[in-house]
Amino acid sequence: MASSSERLLAGKVALITGTNRGIGRAMMETFARQGAIVYAGARTEGCLDAAAAELGRRCETEVCPVYFDVTDGAGMRAAFVRIKRERQRLDVLVNNAGIMRDAVIGMVTNDLLQETFAVNVFAVAQAIQYAAKFMVPQKSGSIVNLASIVGVAGHAGQLAYSASKGAVIAMTKTAAKELAPHGIRVNAIAPGMIDAGVFQAIGAERARTFAATIGMGRLGRPEDVANAAVFLASDLADYVTGQILGVDGAVAI
Amino acid sequence: MTNSEKYDNAVMAIFEVGADELLTVAYQSIAKWDSVGHMRLMAEIEGAFGILLDTEDIVGFSSYETGKKILRKYGVEL
Repeated sequence: MASSSERLLAGKVALITGTNRGIGRAMMETFARQGAIVYAGARTEGCLDAAAAELGRRCETEVCPVYFDVTDGAGMRAAFVRIKRERQRLDVLVNNAGIMRDAVIGMVTNDLLQETFAVNVFAVAQAIQYAAKFMVPQKSGSIVNLASIVGVAGHAGQLAYSASKGAVIAMTKTAAKELAPHGIRVNAIAPGMIDAGVFQAIGAERARTFAATIGMGRLGRPEDVANAAVFLASDLADYVTGQILGVDGAVAI
Repeated sequence: MTNSEKYDNAVMAIFEVGADELLTVAYQSIAKWDSVGHMRLMAEIEGAFGILLDTEDIVGFSSYETGKKILRKYGVEL
């Protein structure tokens, strides 16, 4: 482990949503290793307790589980109120929680659109609003949103998901412009095909087929995305805002 | 300093109005209470009272008097 003075996020207070598995779990671990005080968001009460305690001890920092559904306004508000009470500041927000429901155009229901946008867009907007309440008076902060390569390029069978991630990209650019005068940076990561969560469900054979379309010849690892998030959250990216950082190994989509 | 004094001071300082103008000051009734000034006031109030206002209440915070009613919802005694 790097010494405290070398750790990129030493002492920074970070809230990461959707940390129970996959990319979010890798972010929780990577942020802790880099010295951040991590508020790790997840929906299921108690699901992170043991892992967070062990990670905090191992990384000599604090990893605090905070349980809420990002679509529950009261729950999200309570999470931010807790951070305000316990830390009085927030340096980093990572909007990672998201859902992906595939459907061809003729089968995209209104409910599917509503559900996808509730998690991937509306909750992100609300979290940005709350984070800005901390960061504007601080005159500093970094917000990292999880977009997707399909939000940039589109993808057959993903009308709802790609539209939601396109909205995340637009929100990122707008928030970056509005918050830049306050010293707050807002960026997004657009992962390609990452070997995590929903992508694992397609099976090994299809995964190999997809991997063959990637310039670097392999699926991305959750840690690849987490490392990009650390960079954007850290002072190394002090003059980087409004950017959509592809983490995709030169995938062809 | 009482909560009422904190609230009055925040409004007077941000919008550069006197105590005699407080009862009539409202959103967009004066040049300084525009959207930017409004968000400055919200940040100042949240910091002064240690609260986080809901977006609906931020939008509904349309005047000095209305603001008092909203703050009471958050347990701020005025």
